[in-house]
Amino acid sequence: MDQIVYAFPFLLQGLWTTILVSAIVVALSLVIGAALGVGLVYGPLPVRLAVRILSDCVRGIPILVLIFMVYYGLPPLGLRLDPFWAAVAALTLFKAAQVVEYVRGAIGSIPRGQMEAGKAIGLIFSDRLRFVIFPQAVRRFLPPWINGVTDAVKGSALVSLLGVVDLMHAINQVIGRTYEPLPLYLLGAALYFAINYSLSSFSRVLERRYAFVRE
Amino acid sequence: MGYHLNFNLVWRHFDKLLNGLVLSLELALLSILIGAVIGLTLAVWYVSAGRFARGLISGYVEVIRNVPLLLLVYLVFYGLPTVVNIAYDATTSFVLTLSLYSGAYLVEVFRSGLDAVPRGQIDAGRAIGLTPIQRLAYVRLPIMTRISLPALSNTFISLFKDTSIASVIAVPELTFGAQWINNTTFRIVEVYLVVTTIYLIAGYMILLLLRLVERRFRVER
Repeated sequence: MDQIVYAFPFLLQGLWTTILVSAIVVALSLVIGAALGVGLVYGPLPVRLAVRILSDCVRGIPILVLIFMVYYGLPPLGLRLDPFWAAVAALTLFKAAQVVEYVRGAIGSIPRGQMEAGKAIGLIFSDRLRFVIFPQAVRRFLPPWINGVTDAVKGSALVSLLGVVDLMHAINQVIGRTYEPLPLYLLGAALYFAINYSLSSFSRVLERRYAFVRE
Repeated sequence: MGYHLNFNLVWRHFDKLLNGLVLSLELALLSILIGAVIGLTLAVWYVSAGRFARGLISGYVEVIRNVPLLLLVYLVFYGLPTVVNIAYDATTSFVLTLSLYSGAYLVEVFRSGLDAVPRGQIDAGRAIGLTPIQRLAYVRLPIMTRISLPALSNTFISLFKDTSIASVIAVPELTFGAQWINNTTFRIVEVYLVVTTIYLIAGYMILLLLRLVERRFRVER
C-alpha cells in the first residue's frame, strides 16, 4: 500500500500522458473523420470509393498491428516518427475510420425530405449542410461518438508497447520495481474505469436527451 | 525512397504466419464459445434476477467494457497467479481473459436479444401449456439466438482482431509470428504488408461466411 502511495505521483504522470494521447487522437480523428465522412456521403464516386476502401481496410486491421506498422514499418521507407507520434498517428487513423462510420450513420438517418426542403427554399449545397443537415445529424452523432472516445482511451494503453510512458507503462515500471502486480493492475483498472465510465455515462445521458429526434 | 521490396524471406517463414493465423482463429473461436456460455447464463439470470444480482452482473459488464484489454491480459497473466495457486501457460491465460472479455459484451447482446423476443411468442408458449423452463428452452432461446446472430458475428470478428494482443504475452499467434519474422529477417515492411493482407482477407472471409449464416436464420419481423 505504501508502495502505491510512493509511486502515485509517477502513475499520475503516466495518466496525464494517457489523457494527452487520447485527447490528441480524439481531436485529430474528429476533424479528419468528419471531413472524410462528408466525402463518403456527398463526394463524387472516386472519393466515395477511396474513403470506403480506406475505412474498411483500417477497421479490418488490429490496432496493435497498425501501431507497429507505423512505428516499425515506416522508417525503412524514410519516414521516422518518434514513439509518441507514431502511436498517435496510428490511433488517429483507426479512430478517424470509426468517426467516418458515425458520420455516415448520422447523416444517413436524416430523412431525405429535409434535404429536398432545403433545395425547395433555395439554399445552396453548403448552406443546406450547415443549416439543415448538420444541426440534426450532430444529435445522432454525439452519443455514439462520445461512447467511442472510451475506445480511444482504451486503445491508448497500446502506446505502452512502443515505450511511451503512459498509465499502462508507468504501472508496468512500478511493478518492475515492487514485484507486486495485482494491486497495481487493479489500481490501473480503477483509473481507466473512472475515466471511461464517466464518458460512457455522459454518452447515455446525451442519448436520452436527444432521443426526441425521430422521424 | 530507395527501398527494394523483397518478399522471399517472408515466404520462407510463411508457415509461422499460417500457424499464427490458425491459432488466432482458434483463440477467437474458443473465447467466443466460453464467452457465449458466460453471456447466456448471466443474461438469462439478469432478466429474472433481483436488484442485487443485477447490480453484480452490470458491474462485471461495465468494468470489463471500460478497462483496456491489454490491462486485463496483464492482470490475468501476471497479477492473478500471485493470489491463486494455479499454474497456467500464456495461451490458457489469454483464452481466459478473452472469454471474460467477450462474456461481458455478450451479456448485453443476449439481454437485448431476450428483450426482442416478441411477446406473442411467449404467450403462445404459455397457451399451449409449456412450463417456464420449456418456454425458455423451446421459445425464448431459439428466437433470441436468431435475433442475436448479427451482433454475435460482429463480436467474433472484433475478437479475431483482438487476438493480436496475445502477442504481448508471447502467444505465438499471427502478430507474434510477424514479430518473429521481423526479428529474424528485418524485412519489416514486407512482413506487415503480408500480415495486414492476411488479417483483411481472413476478416472478410469470416464476415461473408457469417452473413450467409445470418441470412439463413434471419427472423422475419
